[in-house]
Amino acid sequence: MDKHTCFHCGLDASTQDIIYDEKSFCCQGCKTVYQIFSENDLTCYYDLQTAPGATPKDIEGKYNFLENAKIIEQLLEFNDDSTQIVSLYIPHIHCSSCIWILENLNKLHPSISASTVNFGKKTVRVTFNAETLSLKNLVTLLSSIGYEPFISLDDYSVGKKHIDRSLIYKLGIAGFAFGNVMFLSFPEYFEVGEFWLEQFKPLFRWLMFAFSVPVIFYSAQDYFISAYKGLRSKILNIDIPIALGAAVLFIRSTVEIMFDLGSGFFDSLTGLIFFLLLGKFFQQKTYAFLSFERDYKSYFPIGITKITSEGNEESIQVYDIEKGDRLLIRNEELIPVDCILIKGNARIDYSFVTGESKTISKQSGDKLFAGGKQLNGTIEVDVLKSVEQSYLTQLWSNDVFKKDKSLAFTNITNQISKRFTIYILTIAFVSTTFWLIVDSSKAINVFTSVLIIACPCALALAAPFTFGNVLRILGKKKFYLKNAGVIEQLAKINTIIFDKTGTITANKETTIHYEGISLSQDEEVLLKSTLRGSNHPLSRSLYSLLDEHNILTLDKYEEYLGKGIEAQYKHDSIKIGSAPFVGFTSETATLNTSVHISSNNTYKGKFTFYNAYRKGLSQLFNKLKQDYDLVILSGDNEGEKDNLTKLLPTKTKLLFNQKPEDKLEYIKYHQSEGAKVLMIGDGLNDAGALAQSDVGIAISENVNVFSPACDAILDASKFNELYHYIKASKSAIKIVKWSFMLSFLYNCVGLYFAVTGQLEPVIAAILMPLSSISIVAFTTVATNTIDRKLD
Amino acid sequence: MSVIYVLLTISIIVAVGFFIAFIVAIRNGQFDDSYTPSVRMLFEDELIKEKSEKSILTKKD
Repeated sequence: MDKHTCFHCGLDASTQDIIYDEKSFCCQGCKTVYQIFSENDLTCYYDLQTAPGATPKDIEGKYNFLENAKIIEQLLEFNDDSTQIVSLYIPHIHCSSCIWILENLNKLHPSISASTVNFGKKTVRVTFNAETLSLKNLVTLLSSIGYEPFISLDDYSVGKKHIDRSLIYKLGIAGFAFGNVMFLSFPEYFEVGEFWLEQFKPLFRWLMFAFSVPVIFYSAQDYFISAYKGLRSKILNIDIPIALGAAVLFIRSTVEIMFDLGSGFFDSLTGLIFFLLLGKFFQQKTYAFLSFERDYKSYFPIGITKITSEGNEESIQVYDIEKGDRLLIRNEELIPVDCILIKGNARIDYSFVTGESKTISKQSGDKLFAGGKQLNGTIEVDVLKSVEQSYLTQLWSNDVFKKDKSLAFTNITNQISKRFTIYILTIAFVSTTFWLIVDSSKAINVFTSVLIIACPCALALAAPFTFGNVLRILGKKKFYLKNAGVIEQLAKINTIIFDKTGTITANKETTIHYEGISLSQDEEVLLKSTLRGSNHPLSRSLYSLLDEHNILTLDKYEEYLGKGIEAQYKHDSIKIGSAPFVGFTSETATLNTSVHISSNNTYKGKFTFYNAYRKGLSQLFNKLKQDYDLVILSGDNEGEKDNLTKLLPTKTKLLFNQKPEDKLEYIKYHQSEGAKVLMIGDGLNDAGALAQSDVGIAISENVNVFSPACDAILDASKFNELYHYIKASKSAIKIVKWSFMLSFLYNCVGLYFAVTGQLEPVIAAILMPLSSISIVAFTTVATNTIDRKLD
Repeated sequence: MSVIYVLLTISIIVAVGFFIAFIVAIRNGQFDDSYTPSVRMLFEDELIKEKSEKSILTKKD
């Protein structure tokens, strides 16, 4: 064990001297967690993974809203006298140790009877007894061991969510029937005219019929419903020939066994439905730990502290906040409504809303907007508007958020199926007419055979398997797509719009330049010592940039809120802050954030903060410019304009001072001109634009944290790979087209048998699985070559 | 040859039995989370091993 890292969380523990049980810890918090675990014989936690823990945060008063019975009622999944079940989302769940400790919660508190972790969703489902352990105490217990749950307004409405498992049922039934029917039709395949087999034929056939009934009426129902919907809205989608084929298969087979004309095609029917559902299941890859549908509700707290007219604190639910209420916002709490600051120093982090990481200081009397996070102690505010009417939440009342993007475009399979359906029907009718003239006894046989064999199983499987595979490949490369439709949309893009802050710039990094008279050694020491005392984010960034110096004990230190800091050491004094504060009057209009320095009342110079752009930005833009129109839409001022023009290809359009609505309108306008827009953004201010665009990608530094509603989430570290990802989507389309060709070939072979009236059940039974399996094999091999190209 | 009827009945009962087991498994949520159980099943072994080691250690102390 390395003595210099914390045994619990793995952070540097060399500066602190906390040793317990011969293990070093970085802070008292981590040590306490270790103590809890060792007292309860749970140190196995540390054996599964090295330093798996998180430092418990101070949550005093944060979960007071969990005393409100109405809120508790909504959060609980099950609530009986002495048994309560709750599912909590815990972002810290990341390794097997986490699973282990959370499933052993019952050892920590006797009132907890069971706990189950869902690693994919990062949730823990706890069964406990509320008579001896309240929900609030449960949450406090989890927080005390470093597993603080995240409870947002989203949990409020979906406390009792129903999980849709119908696809697995359908797939299971189809697979079960397929296997059994195959078994029962074996004797028929070889046409052994054995006496006893002939005797059992009717029984076997009716058994097959019995197995097929649930398949056609339950497993295949989606195809019939979809076909009906398609017909009603006059769209010839792929489900029409499928539904037609399945219906004809079932009816013809039933008629055949009823009148003892043949064995029917029950094997092909069940096989067809099974393969189709398998394709659907495969495509339905979802990233349980990501959410693509987030709106403000996922960010907002459920409960908030209200100060009643008598001066008492009371937890109320966010929806119950009324205009004129006095609220108490604690440190690190989110402001849920538009309000006016009454008491306390507010330093608000609006990064949820704007993507801008710098905090803003507010004085009493200033207006605060919903969505900001308080970072500087407790404040009291007066409510101006209720939750739904606040500035931020109103963005979601825009119509863009109500329409479903996937309905707006016809996917590649349906494009093909339009013509396909017409061709098939033509062939069916022409060949039937031909046989009516030549040999009318065969006409019905031919008509049904054509519809059966043309049932586009392979065609319908091509896209799901290709896109499903590409979805997985891109997911491995940290580009998470919402569904397969996004791949098709992505391949059609011709305009790419970027947000600036947080998207093409990295959130955490800034570069700082100094302009002015260079500082002497003493001055630099003084500067560093002064900055050390300040908690202002600019001071912190500047402090971390300066070289190591001895820290002086200052004689005088004063921080002026919103202006700057003044400090004195012996005879030297220093002023750090805004231009007027340090006495620099000839301020040239710069738009960048800068910190000015004066020493002994003479102006020295300024430190200017520039955004640090993501690595590989220029190369990415240069690659993209050949095929796409590039635009940067920034909510910021023009401060970075010169820098950006230098960095990016000249063709790139740069637009600044864009409000969220402006971004949305800009995209709408270009779409009306025929552009297919890919929007790449990060903050909630881009939410409207992401929803309006054809494909909206949210960039995220940490995919487990929040990102606005979008079609895809891209890990920030893979930003420079974007070009290759778009190219991969284009290759995917190409593969689908090749698969279509292949399935047409199979169809032609099948149609030959059908049209000539020689379609035997055994041919259908061979052709159908053969075509499906070879399509699946082809797409798998082809998509894996995409994978290899991406590496 | 009426044994065929018996065999058929048995085979179908077995098949339906497995089918019911499958449905029950879905209902219990076994297919909702396909990752965690794969980790969970490894715990039991390690737990026992660790515990025995630990008891030896405490004895030495």
